[in-house]
Amino acid sequence: MADTAATGPGMPQLDVTTFSNQIFWLVVAMVVLYFVMSRVALPRVASVLADRRSAITADIAAAEEYKLKALEAEEAFKKAEADARAEASRIVEAAKAEMQEALNAQIAKADAEIAAKSAESEKRIREITANAVEMVNEVSTDVTKDILAAFDVKADARSVTAAVKAQMKGDA
Amino acid sequence: MAEESGGLVIKPMDQFRVEALFGGDIAWYTPTNVTLWMALTVVAATLLMVVGARGRAMVPSRAQSAAEMTYGFIYKMVEDVAGHDAVRFFPYIFTLFMFVLFANLLGLIPFAFTTTSHIAVTAVLAFTVFFAVTALGFILHGTKFLKLFWVSSAPLALRPVLALIEVISYFVRPVSHSIRLAGAMMAGHAVAKVFAGFAAALGAFFFLPILAVTALYALELLVAVIQAYVFTILTCVYLKDALHPAH
Repeated sequence: MADTAATGPGMPQLDVTTFSNQIFWLVVAMVVLYFVMSRVALPRVASVLADRRSAITADIAAAEEYKLKALEAEEAFKKAEADARAEASRIVEAAKAEMQEALNAQIAKADAEIAAKSAESEKRIREITANAVEMVNEVSTDVTKDILAAFDVKADARSVTAAVKAQMKGDA
Repeated sequence: MAEESGGLVIKPMDQFRVEALFGGDIAWYTPTNVTLWMALTVVAATLLMVVGARGRAMVPSRAQSAAEMTYGFIYKMVEDVAGHDAVRFFPYIFTLFMFVLFANLLGLIPFAFTTTSHIAVTAVLAFTVFFAVTALGFILHGTKFLKLFWVSSAPLALRPVLALIEVISYFVRPVSHSIRLAGAMMAGHAVAKVFAGFAAALGAFFFLPILAVTALYALELLVAVIQAYVFTILTCVYLKDALHPAH
């Protein structure tokens, strides 16, 4: 280490003659760096971080709000659905009742018509039956008269008719 | 490295020499390699924190993210270690961290000059912290600041002894604070240089010291960052004592 000793002390760190130079430039560097950091860099980074934090907070709040809105909408939808169901069943009930009423009316009307028609039919049957008896009497009387005439038996119409009537009643 | 008179002469300390950039004697104002590497340190820190973060993007770029993480890391350290009221000293502590960190890292570039390997530099940084913190303690608490040395939780008989120890340890702080950083930087760089010298001397086995230097370089990278961290966190611890002197 004789070589080193010739050029200076073993450790350049202990060479006091360079201290003032180092300290001077250190102070300059620190002052410059301090002003760059405290005036430019740190406020800028701080504002970016604050902006990001507030943006995230705002976004989370907005998301929360949207979630509440979605829940509200779901609630409203459910209510509307329930209302619609109730309304639909009410309408169905009303329609059923109306139809039943109309049906009942129609049935009653049809019953009345049927009753009227059957009464009329009965009357006509009775009429027809009556007519038929009459006609049989008449035909029998005529046939009897013709038979009597064929045998040249004189008989008055009244007695023939009476006789036929009596005969028909006996048969009946 | 030259071999002289059969002996290997490695000059591991030459890298720490302060030299005038343009020749001549070194006066206090002479631009030296100290000036150059401190300027580069300031430029590097400015590149990261000002140019890197200039995007101000909501979703940061890599450089902006690195700047923000450094900011957040130191901010949280100051808040956690020294308390919330120490945040007003955050700009200076941040400056300190950036300066030491970049001085250490730039010093790892081959042929670079490591400004933080000089006790003159680290001592100024450490004593600035020491005097500032001590003055702050007396300004904020007056003579109550001296309670820092009076361990009230200890038995009364022990207290004077403890006070003596506390006072000594308090005044040793700036010394250890500065020597720790300068020593770590100097030792690592000197060892790297010694190993590199071996590579020149070993001939065919030159690769062994080169492997060692490579491993050492990785370690030194770690040390450079850790020493910057340690220097900063100790500053925060000392600041905490000034702000809250009660034990």
